[in-house]
Formats: sequence, structure tokens, C-alpha cells
Amino acid sequence: MAGIIEIDNLSKEYASGTRALSGVSLSIEQGEIVALLGPNGAGKTTLISIICGLVVPTGGTVRVGGHDIRKEWRAARRLIGLVPQEIALEPFEKVINCVRFTRGLYGAAPDEAYLEKVLRSLSLWDKRNAPTRELSGGMKRRVLIAKALSHSPKVLFLDEPTAGVDVALRREMWQVVEDLRQDGVTIILTTHYLEEAEEMADRIGVINHGQLLLMKPKDELMGEFGKKTLSIELDQPMDAIPSGLSGRGLSLSRDGRRIRYDYDTRAERTGIARLLGDLAAQGVTVRDVSTRQSSLEEVFMSLVQGDKAEDAA
Amino acid sequence: MNAAINWPGVWAIFHHEMMRFFRTIWQSMASPVVSTVLYFVVFGAAIGGRIQSVEGVPYGAFIVPGLMMLTVLQQSVSNASFGIYFPKFSGTIYEYLVSPVGWLEVTAGFVGAAAAKAILIALVILATSFFFVGVHILHPFWMLAFLFLSALGFSLLGFIIGLWAKSFEQLQIVPMMVITPLVFLGGAFYSASMLPPFWEGVAKLNPVLYLISGFRWSFFGLADVPVGVSLFAVSIMVVVCFAVIRWIFATGWRLRD
Repeated sequence: MAGIIEIDNLSKEYASGTRALSGVSLSIEQGEIVALLGPNGAGKTTLISIICGLVVPTGGTVRVGGHDIRKEWRAARRLIGLVPQEIALEPFEKVINCVRFTRGLYGAAPDEAYLEKVLRSLSLWDKRNAPTRELSGGMKRRVLIAKALSHSPKVLFLDEPTAGVDVALRREMWQVVEDLRQDGVTIILTTHYLEEAEEMADRIGVINHGQLLLMKPKDELMGEFGKKTLSIELDQPMDAIPSGLSGRGLSLSRDGRRIRYDYDTRAERTGIARLLGDLAAQGVTVRDVSTRQSSLEEVFMSLVQGDKAEDAA
Repeated sequence: MNAAINWPGVWAIFHHEMMRFFRTIWQSMASPVVSTVLYFVVFGAAIGGRIQSVEGVPYGAFIVPGLMMLTVLQQSVSNASFGIYFPKFSGTIYEYLVSPVGWLEVTAGFVGAAAAKAILIALVILATSFFFVGVHILHPFWMLAFLFLSALGFSLLGFIIGLWAKSFEQLQIVPMMVITPLVFLGGAFYSASMLPPFWEGVAKLNPVLYLISGFRWSFFGLADVPVGVSLFAVSIMVVVCFAVIRWIFATGWRLRD
């Protein structure tokens, strides 16, 4: 079955000659949460902007719910809600009127009960009669989400939803996304915060230099590219790594109570069993061991840096 | 499916624009009404005392169509240009570009609201004028037709100015430097036939003259140029403006990348 979004060989070259996207192909299933990661200028926003109709592509096709975004743009756009990166609201307009207006623009009949549900779910109902200029930054962003949801879209685009908001608000936004996931809304978000992608997404795509470097389920990506760190807590502190264990990249904590060992989960042998055996043979008593998965940030950096290295070659 | 007009979308834009007007109804109405009263005092009473009548029409009454047209043109241009420029300025323009509304619906919403406001204010001015002079409207249907066509034509022009403008200064400059002089030189307060022959010829190059002339004809049956020519001129303006707006939306000029 075709996905709710089908992107085929999409490219965009601006009049200035800048190539923002090259041959991007992607299929997104209904109900998925997809995070697009990439450094500034990687092409994330261009990709979203093309799907939503803000930017005209130079080549390739995009279908939303089976509708070509250029030939059947009305039908395609009715399925989409966009939360832009910048907060853009009419300062003197009341929250409820902003949301009603967007619903009308999408050609949907008035439905006050639905709008109340949307505003309540975003904790905005009490502020419905407040002009948007009186709201805090987090509330304004939620108004943008309410507007994007006002016509019951099947797909929601969140362009950098938590850019410039504090930690508490970011967590609040994650909760909003989680609630939307429960409602079955397909969400595509771009972010700089890798933690965010890790927290929310089912699949993660990495874009750099206008190309989709990869698109994988989050767990698979973490497993494939992830490194793990084994931390060995010693019974007795030691001054230095025993000479018999040198050459394995071990490091000793400053207090001499922990040995750190980095290993690749993709390697055929992780070397853990051998290391523990050798420690016992050296008369080192181990009190505890723990492992830590490397963060997505490290995964991402290794991909983007690999891309840079290819450019240099 | 693409051909179907999104009427709720048109209504959403129209209603949104009208609500902004009604939020500041007193300011919106007070300014043109006060200006009109001043025009009547200065032109009607002071100058009108020296010019008894123009082609048989008392001077105070003679200037009423010109005053209405002056207001309609200024209000149409400023309402429509501000209407579309403000979303560009505040960033909310993205909504119009990503929603299922085409160029015709966006234009109909903004221009319809701008023209409606201008016509409303012109009618208030007409009502105000009844307090100062006796005005008899010879052809009410044609008066409304000219009012509607002029408001539509200049709202379309204002819409183009708003799409073109990149700053509030640019938004102001066309109405200030072009529209107002054209109205003053277009016979708002005099008949072109009162000018020397050479300047009468120059005045006839001014498109606004045709609007004011046609509009004045609907009041008094007096015209500087044939009424058919006036109707043709304003119709051409409407068609040309629609074509320009369609081109802007098709190419995305100053709207999208």
C-alpha cells in the first residue's frame, strides 16, 4: 500500500544556482512520526516547504494521500497542516478567531465543538479570547499548532517545533506530539535537537547538502551506528591500567575506581568477555559493570562528518 | 477538482478583513467624514461663494461626486494594499500559500473587503453631504455601478501595490505620489472644460478623469468625456489588474520561492 506521503526524485535548484535538494525519494506511512535531522541549510525546510506548497520544485513528484501536490493541489493541501519555524500570528487577533480563520481557509465548515477540543487539548481554551500578542512564546507556538490542526489534517508538519524554547516547554511540546500520535496523525518534524528526534520519532532521516543520507527506524539506526561504553567499577582503586591490558583503548577514571571501554555494537566480537577474563587473570576484582548507548548526537555527527569527508575526497 | 472555487476560503478572508475594519469602525469612519466636512467648508463655502455654479449645478453639489471618488480611490488603494501587505509583514502570508485557496479566491477575499469598505465610506460621505447641499442623483443605478467599478479597479490596484511593496514606505508612496495627485488633477473639484484647451487635452490623459466624469454624469447628467468611454476605461483597468495579479500568483513573484 502506498504511503500517505510519496516523494519521488525531488529536487530544487534556486534561481541563484543553489541546489537545495537533489533526488530525494521517500515514503511515509500513515500514523508515523518521522524526524528529519540535518545541519543548517541542509534542505530540511526546503523539503517541507515543497510538500506544503510554499516552494515550487524543479523536478520530481510528491503525492499526499494519493494526490499530486501540483496537479491536485487543493485535495493534497486539505490533508496537510503546517506549523512554521517562525512564530507568525496576527498580533491583535483573538486566539479563537485565528483558529476559525484557518479552518475557513481550508474550506471546512464551521465546527465550534471540534475547535474547542483542539484548544482544550493544547491548554489554550482559557486563552481563547486573548489577543495573540498577550500570549507567551510557548502559547503562541501552541496557537500555531491549533491553527494547523483546525481542519483535521491527516499529516502535520512541524518545522523546528522547539527552536528557541526552554526545556520545560520543549517537554510540553513533546507531550503534544505524543497525544497527536495517539490520535493517529502522521507527523513529520524537523529538528536540530537530536534528543528530540530520539524522544519522539519512529523513523529518523538525515539530510545534508540536499540529499537524504538515510532514513531508518530509530532503533535500527541507533543499533547500527551506535557505540556502547562499558564502565567497570573496581573493588580497589588502581594507579594505572595494568600493562597486560594496554592497547585496548581502556581509560581509567581520575579516582582510579572505574575503567572505561568503548566498543562497537556492530563488531563481530565486542571483546567484553575477553576483557573481563583478562581482568580476573590480572587479579583485578570487579564490583560492578554497566553499559551506555551512545546518543543520537554522536550517531548524527558521525554521519554528517562522513559526508564531509566524502566531499573532501 | 482544482477548478472548484473554495467559497468558505473566500468568506474567511473577506470576513477576517471586514472584522478588522469594524474593530476600528469609528477611526475608519471619522477620518473621511471629518475630511469631507472640511472640504465642504473650504471648497463649498469659501470658494463656492465665488463660483456660483458649474454648468448649472451649484458648486457645493458639483464637488460631491469628486469628493466621493477621491475617498473611494484612496480608501480602496490603502485598504487593499495594507490588507495583503500586513500578512507579508507579520509572516502570516504562509497560510494563504499553503491552504487550498487559489489566486482568485485570495484576490476576491481581500479586494472584495477593500472595495466594500471603500463603498461604505463613500455612502457615508454622500449622507454627510446631504447636511450641506442639496444633491439629486439623476441615475442611481449608474451611480452605484460607477462606484462599484471604481472601488473594484482601485482595490485591485492597491492589492498589486501591497504584493509589490517590501516596506511600509513603499506602501505609502504610490497612494501619496500617484493616486492623490491624479484625483486632484482629474477634475474632482472642477470641470475639465474649465481648463484652457491645451490643459484640457493633458487632463484627458489622466485615467481618473474618466471615472470622476462618469460618476458625475450619474449625478447631474454632465460629463467631460462620453459615459461609454468612462465605463470602457474603468473596465479595462479591472481586466488589466486581474491579469497582473494572476501573473504574480502564477510566477510567485514576491510571494514564494
